[in-house]
Amino acid sequence: MPLLRSLIKTFVAYAFLAGGISLLAGRGVVNPYWVQILELACIVAISAQGLNIIYGHTGLFSLGHAAFYGIGAYTAAYLMKMYGGQSQAAFLAALLAGGGAAAAVACLIGLPTLRLTSDYLGIATLGFGIIMKVVFDSADSFLPDLGGARGMTGIAKMTTVPWVVFFLLASLLVVRNMIHSSYGRAILSIREDEIAAETMGIDTFQYKMVGFVTGCTFAGVAGGLYAHLYAFLHPSNFDFFKSIDILVIVVLGGLGNMSGTLVASFGWIFLLEGLRVVLPPGYVEFRWVLIPVLLIVTMLLRPQGIFGTREFPFLRGKVYR
Amino acid sequence: MEYFVQQVINGLQIGFVYALIALGYTMVYGIVRLINFAHGDVFMIGAFIGLYAIERYQWPLPAVFFSAVVGCTILAVLIEQLAYRPLRHAPKIASLITAIGVSLFLEYFTSLRQVFGPHFYSFPRPFPVVSWNWHGILVTNIQAVIFFVTVFCLLLLQFIVFRTKMGRAMRAVSFDYVTAGLMGVNVNMVISFTFGLGAALAGVGGVLYGIAYPQVNTFMGFMPGLKAFTAAVLGGIGNIPGAVLGALIMGQSETMVAAYVSSAYRDGIAFVILILVLLWKPTGILGIPRTEKV
Repeated sequence: MPLLRSLIKTFVAYAFLAGGISLLAGRGVVNPYWVQILELACIVAISAQGLNIIYGHTGLFSLGHAAFYGIGAYTAAYLMKMYGGQSQAAFLAALLAGGGAAAAVACLIGLPTLRLTSDYLGIATLGFGIIMKVVFDSADSFLPDLGGARGMTGIAKMTTVPWVVFFLLASLLVVRNMIHSSYGRAILSIREDEIAAETMGIDTFQYKMVGFVTGCTFAGVAGGLYAHLYAFLHPSNFDFFKSIDILVIVVLGGLGNMSGTLVASFGWIFLLEGLRVVLPPGYVEFRWVLIPVLLIVTMLLRPQGIFGTREFPFLRGKVYR
Repeated sequence: MEYFVQQVINGLQIGFVYALIALGYTMVYGIVRLINFAHGDVFMIGAFIGLYAIERYQWPLPAVFFSAVVGCTILAVLIEQLAYRPLRHAPKIASLITAIGVSLFLEYFTSLRQVFGPHFYSFPRPFPVVSWNWHGILVTNIQAVIFFVTVFCLLLLQFIVFRTKMGRAMRAVSFDYVTAGLMGVNVNMVISFTFGLGAALAGVGGVLYGIAYPQVNTFMGFMPGLKAFTAAVLGGIGNIPGAVLGALIMGQSETMVAAYVSSAYRDGIAFVILILVLLWKPTGILGIPRTEKV
C-alpha cells in the first residue's frame, strides 16, 4: 500500500515538525519572535509553491501573485471576523474559503488572459495586481470592515505552528503528486514546448487553467494564514513588491524545483530578518542595499537557480522500471 | 467644456513625460527582449541630477538637461555592461530578476542618508511660471516647455533611428541579432548604445517631471516607470510610435479618471485599459503579430 505508507510518513513528519517546534517554543528555547518568523517563512513557502506551479511548472509568467494572496487574506479575515469567533473549525473553513475565493478569481482572470503569451501575460497579471491593490485600498467604501487604506484590524490571532506546518506539508504533497501524475506531465509539456504539446493532443488551455488555478489557490490559503498571523492587514502587504518577492524566491530556488523553492523561501525570510539583527544599529537601512547586490551576484553566478534540477529525496517522483 | 479641454491639456503634460520613459523601455525590449525594470530608476536619477544642477549650481536650463542626459546615459551603459551583458545567453528570467535587483539597489542605495537621503525634496522651478488664459483654459509655460522638449526629442530619435548608420544597426539587431552580427554589426555596441539612448530620454523626462510636479524622492521612479512600460506594451512593444501613442492614451485616461471619477482609481484605470486592449489585440495597438514557426 504505497498510498498508506506515504500518508503515514507525512503524518510522522508532521507530528515531528509541529510537535518539535511547539515544544521548543513552549520551553522558551526559541523566542516567540523567531517562531513568528518561522511561521511567516512557512506561509511564504506555501505561496511560493503556488507560484512555482504557475511559473516553474506550467511556464505561465505571472507578476500578480500577491493579488491572489491578498484575496485569500481578506476573504478569510472577513469571514472569521464576521462569523468565526475563535473556533478552530471555523478557521479551517475560512482558510479554505480564502483559497476558494482566490481560485474563483483566478478562473475569471485566467479565462481571458491565459491566451496571452509569455511577457504579455506577465504584464496583464501585473496590471491585475495593481488593480487589486487599488481595490484593497478603497475596500472600505463597499465593506467598511475591510478597512481600506487604513488597514484591517480586529482579526483573531489563529495561526499557530501546527496549522502552518500542516498546510506546508499538504502543499508539498499536492505539488509532488500532481507533478508526477498525468496532469503534471501535461503541464510540464506545456512549459517545454506549447506547440509540441498541442500537437500531441493536449488541451493546452485547459491544463494552463489547472496550473494557474491550483497555484492561486495555494496563494489564497497562504494569505488566510498570513491574515491570522499578525492580526492586521494592509493593502501594502499585497502590492507589486510582494509579487516580486515570491517570484525572486521561485527563481532563486530554481524554476520548477520544489526543494529549491522550499529552501529559498526560508532563506529569503530569514535573510531579511537576520540582517536586521546582524547589521549594527543605525545601519539597518543598508539591508535593502545588500539584498539586491546579493540577488544580482547569485543570478550572475547561478542563473539556473540555487538547486538547478536536483530535488530532495522526499520530493522526487517514483521511478517505475 | 473648458474643464474638459483643461483636463486634456493636463493629460498631455503627463502623457509626454510617460512617452519619454516609454521609449527607453520599448527600444530595449525591442532589441534584447528584456523588461528593464531599472529604467524607472534611471528616470529618478535624471530628476535628481536636475535637482542638484538647478539648486546647487544654478546652471541654465539647457545645461541642466545636458547633465541629466550625460549622467543617465553613463549609468545605463554601466548597468548594461555589469549586470545584463554577462546574462545575455542565460534564461531570460535571470536577466529579469537581475533588472529587479538593479532597480531595488538604485532605489535603496540612493535613499541612504549618505547619498540623496530618504525624504521628499522640492524641485526648484528653473524659470518663473507664466500662464496664459485663453477663453478660460489655462496653459502654463511649463506645459509649453514639456511639449517642445518632448517633440524635439522625438524628432531627434526619429532621425537617429531612421537616418543614421547606428539607427540602421539598431533596427537590424532588433530584427535578428544573430544575423546582424554575421553581417558585421557590432551587436554589443549597438545594445549599449540603445540602453544609453533610452536612458538619455529618461533623463530628459526626469528633469521635465521634476519641473512639472515639483517633488522628488528616490522611490519616485517606480510608478511612472511601471506606467510607461505599460504604455509601451499598450502601443505595441518594440514599436516607437506605438510607445508615444500608448503614453498619450495612458496620460489621458489617468487624468480623465482623476477628474471625473475619483483620484483613488487613477493608478488602476491604466491597467484596466491595458488588459482590455491586450484581450482585443494581444500584441498592442500598433504591434505586429509574430507568426509562430514550428
